[in-house]
Amino acid sequence: MRSVGKAAKKIDGMALATGKPSYTEDMVPANALVVKILRSPHAFAKIRSVDTSRAERVEGVECILTYRDVPRVRFTLAGQSYPEPSPYDRLILDPVVRYVGDEVAVVAARDDKAAAEALRKIRVEYEIYPPILDFEQAQNGGAIHPEENLSCNFPIGLQAEKNVASSQTIEAGDFSGELAACAAVVEETYYTQAQAHAMMETYRAFSYLDSQGRLVVVTSTQIPFHVRRQLARALQLPAGKIRVIKPRIGGGFGGKQTGAVEVFAALVTLKTGKPARIVYDRRETFSCTTSRHAMRLKVRMGADTEGYIRALEIVTLSDTGAYGEHAPTVLGCVGEYTLPLYNKTRALRFSGRAVYTNKTPAGALRGYGATQGTFAVESTLNKLAEKMNLDPTEMRLKNIIKEGETYLTGKGVPLGSSSLGRCIEKGKELIGWQEKFPRREAASNKVRGVGMAVAMQGSGIANIDTASAELRLNDDGNITLLLGSTDMGTGSDTILAQMAAEVLRISPEKIIVHAADTDVSPYDPGSYASSTTYVTGNAVLRAAEDLKQKIIARGAAFLEIDPEEAEYDGETVKEAAGKDPATAALEGSGEKGITLAKIAEQSVLGIGRHQLTGQATFGGEVSPPPFVAGFAEVEVDKETGKVELVDYVAVVDCGTVINPNLARIQAEGGIAQGIGMALYEDVKYSEKGKMQTDTFMQYKIPGREDVGRVRIAFEESYEPTGPFGAKSIGEVVINTPPPAIAQAVYNAVGVRVTDLPITAEKVFMGMREIVHK
Amino acid sequence: MLINAVVNGKKVSWEVAKDEMLADTLRNHGLLSVRTGCDTGNCGICTVWVEGKPVLSCSTLSFRVDGKSVTTLEGVSKEAAKFAEILTAEGAEQCGFCSPGLIMNVLALARELKTCGDEEINHYLAGNLCRCTGYMGQLRAVKKYLGVDGR
Repeated sequence: MRSVGKAAKKIDGMALATGKPSYTEDMVPANALVVKILRSPHAFAKIRSVDTSRAERVEGVECILTYRDVPRVRFTLAGQSYPEPSPYDRLILDPVVRYVGDEVAVVAARDDKAAAEALRKIRVEYEIYPPILDFEQAQNGGAIHPEENLSCNFPIGLQAEKNVASSQTIEAGDFSGELAACAAVVEETYYTQAQAHAMMETYRAFSYLDSQGRLVVVTSTQIPFHVRRQLARALQLPAGKIRVIKPRIGGGFGGKQTGAVEVFAALVTLKTGKPARIVYDRRETFSCTTSRHAMRLKVRMGADTEGYIRALEIVTLSDTGAYGEHAPTVLGCVGEYTLPLYNKTRALRFSGRAVYTNKTPAGALRGYGATQGTFAVESTLNKLAEKMNLDPTEMRLKNIIKEGETYLTGKGVPLGSSSLGRCIEKGKELIGWQEKFPRREAASNKVRGVGMAVAMQGSGIANIDTASAELRLNDDGNITLLLGSTDMGTGSDTILAQMAAEVLRISPEKIIVHAADTDVSPYDPGSYASSTTYVTGNAVLRAAEDLKQKIIARGAAFLEIDPEEAEYDGETVKEAAGKDPATAALEGSGEKGITLAKIAEQSVLGIGRHQLTGQATFGGEVSPPPFVAGFAEVEVDKETGKVELVDYVAVVDCGTVINPNLARIQAEGGIAQGIGMALYEDVKYSEKGKMQTDTFMQYKIPGREDVGRVRIAFEESYEPTGPFGAKSIGEVVINTPPPAIAQAVYNAVGVRVTDLPITAEKVFMGMREIVHK
Repeated sequence: MLINAVVNGKKVSWEVAKDEMLADTLRNHGLLSVRTGCDTGNCGICTVWVEGKPVLSCSTLSFRVDGKSVTTLEGVSKEAAKFAEILTAEGAEQCGFCSPGLIMNVLALARELKTCGDEEINHYLAGNLCRCTGYMGQLRAVKKYLGVDGR
């Protein structure tokens, strides 16, 4: 292959790396109004009165908007295909505020100072309610969403009076019977924390009315088409009157799969007719957008005498915070992306509830429930292996699903591709498992342990998310690739161009990628759910094939030969070689050929021409899982409990690797984010419900001195439904560090940390307990 | 108040508010490589040089650079491009939002650091956070740029 599999540089790489104006804030019109938000200081309250009169007199203030100024139609900010599974539980501004930081009023002014002064001069009286902060108690408290016009598009198990945003159960086989028959059974309860996305570019957008009076919103988003739909519903505006443009994005990680700031800028532009910009500071980004769903997961797992896992149950309680963005689907993914891993089971049971609390809403974050589920299931398997005196790698090799196999709740669909077994073997070798498992003394007060875990994810959302792609042969012979997907730094625009170039047999430099603008781009749900390589990639593959056939047909028509006799090599369409020379000579067609450039030119100029375009839409019936085997080596200080990550090895099966450099960085970055979740990151609240970890001072993301050594290797498989055999990579890579590191710590000092993150304090207290036993 | 400074080699006289931060002043004057990521001096994105030394422009009052020289990425674009070529060859720019601050510190590191092992490099750049890359690719790029093999 000429393009696929090559470590091509990102097409936008140099501009991004050298600080060129590329992002939303770099394009804000100079006269745009500054939009700022007045936020609730209370976790749960009703607004009795708002007095904006003093604030309105501040010089430079353009407008101040409260709940009285917005449509009373509820919507969801979750970026999901219509009909969205997330409940419609939001108003742009609501007389009830449900967490510290919930929006109370929107101020627009000519500059930051005037806006800030106006915020200080708004007087609000609240009727304060007791907040529900403990998600384990949420079902016993007063309803956070008692409103009558709360709705959902289909049954998601919503019970608003009990603060249950969603509930679900999946079951196959006789769980109790199978568990009772097992030779060894373990159970454990795990807690996974809320995690912040902490992308470097905070949330931001600006809006204006164009020359046709249409609303244009430029925003750092992963979901332009979903944002358009959200705005249409929230603002009660026809979708055709809205255009959403995405420039380059400074990181997303799922955070920008949930609408955040767009609606406030748009509201101001609609009310004033003027351009408006909103830029969240870091504090708002932490405390007034979304974070990972914190969860409690109870797992029971049993195996027979030979070490085959026969029964598995996961009972999940998920904290969705004040609003239900992604509540049903993140919950579902806990089971969806763990239950298929071990398919020797005879009984499976997954049940879960997502509950409302008076905290910052939870939302989509890389891993999307799989991360939480993987920590619980993999930790349980590690515990079970130890109980049965089995090497955890051997126990996995025995139990994992293999190519062509099915699993109990998988509706009989066979697994298309997997090299997970090879990933485990390779990882063992790279980390030095045989020599290092389970522990060795490192110094007088230090001990080293190794641990491992495996994980899977999906590639897009089967039967739902559907992407289109278009290619256009321009008059100059270059080809425009129109996409609606949203490269948030991953390099997806580049790998999609590589795929198109491969099919069209041209250099990727001849492809001009355009993404994304809802007025121009073909529909794409956006880049989330590990979908762009697989779903959009499949659309690009087909669109490029479509264009190639048209190029050949057009070339053949110019040559006056049958298309089936034509040959295309990326530069020229010519009569196929191998034709009987005598016939060729007779027809005088032996040397006939026409260049791609000539076809391009001849297709657009003159009477009766028809510009060549390729188009395709792809929605998958399956969501092929990528796999990872992750291995951690830690060094634990026996005096303090401090955990140092010495080495991390991740061996990845993402099918065919389209671009080895970009795939490796995706993996390294995901592992680092997983390390953060395992060891450092923790969203915390005060007793009154105020987020305490709302700056990088209090919320620690891993720095370069914290990640130790991370090594990535690929074990390619070939996914038959994937573009060139590819599957996803973006999310799966975040899933293994929490359980692998937890097991490494356990193997080092015997302390099993079941509530993340694994802090020195928890390890130290755990070691003390062992001593006192 | 009026400040006189040399910004990227050019003399400027700028009117600034007394509580204005250097990051805002530079951005307001069209130097768009200067951006902020945290408001608390933790992330390093806003790093520029004052008198050739890296500072956090989000936490530096603009009047403090009166009479001094200020350098942003725009002022060292040639050398920046040299490192960026290596960084992008690793695929390690990813979203790119933190790049300007990283590059200003990498160029300063190249000037200041005597020993360039992995630990020294990571320690020097510890103030530059990145959420995309996991740092390994950046480390590979820095070592290639410096022509050292690190550990």
